[in-house]
Amino acid sequence: MMATTQITAEPRLPFVDIKREFDAPRDLVFRAHTEPKLLVQWLGPDKYEMVVERYDVRDGGAWRYVHRGPDGSEWGFHGVFHGVPSPDRMVQTFEFEGAPGHVSLDALTLEEHDGRTVVHIHSVFQSVEARDAMIQGGMADGMNQGYERLDALLARLVPVA
Amino acid sequence: MADQLSAVFGALADPTRRAILARLTNGDLTVAELAAPFAVSQPAISRHLKVLEGAGLISRTRRATARLSHLQAAPLKDATEWLARYQDFWDARHRRLDALLAALQAEQKERNP
Repeated sequence: MMATTQITAEPRLPFVDIKREFDAPRDLVFRAHTEPKLLVQWLGPDKYEMVVERYDVRDGGAWRYVHRGPDGSEWGFHGVFHGVPSPDRMVQTFEFEGAPGHVSLDALTLEEHDGRTVVHIHSVFQSVEARDAMIQGGMADGMNQGYERLDALLARLVPVA
Repeated sequence: MADQLSAVFGALADPTRRAILARLTNGDLTVAELAAPFAVSQPAISRHLKVLEGAGLISRTRRATARLSHLQAAPLKDATEWLARYQDFWDARHRRLDALLAALQAEQKERNP
């Protein structure tokens, strides 16, 4: 069905929707999203070491991880799980520590059909501007380019507050 | 930048405007020429052209009494590049997850053949 990740970011709506199908049953995909020893094998960018400091998968449980670059640069992220995380629904806040206070709310659902699982992430941002700043420069770019890019990102994010 | 992208995506959200852009890839056209294949009036086409012009997707010049519309491709390129990096980021992440899930399933099969 879906060969690549389907990303939808509508103008004027502070959402991002991400959909992708995986050739694995739902329980396994859920484990890959909740067990730190599995998470570190896929979530961080290539050539980055991912260190999970905390991953308390329960209602009110906190999480924090760091992506460490080959040059020693560190990119921290943290948040809290809301509601009992299950394969039906995992809700959590998400905050990049380079832009404190710019928090998104992510809801992840897993749907299984014939042994294959569709992952759907619905992210809600505080504003369209914050959403756009994240897509333009946040994770994808900032983490790969080092601190110069982070400075530029922060400069863009400041007026949003 | 974000404002222009919103304008571009807003302009592209309408099928008539996308059809107008597609026709302009073959060369400049007047409002009358643009309106011909559509079941809408020239004033309606003019409103669409105003939106496209506001998003920087077309520019308009005068030829005698007619106004010509001209396609401006740069904002379209920006619009596709905008999401492309983010898309690459997620594609790479999800390919790693594909590999992990395949390895986990192979492991399970080995344990319970």
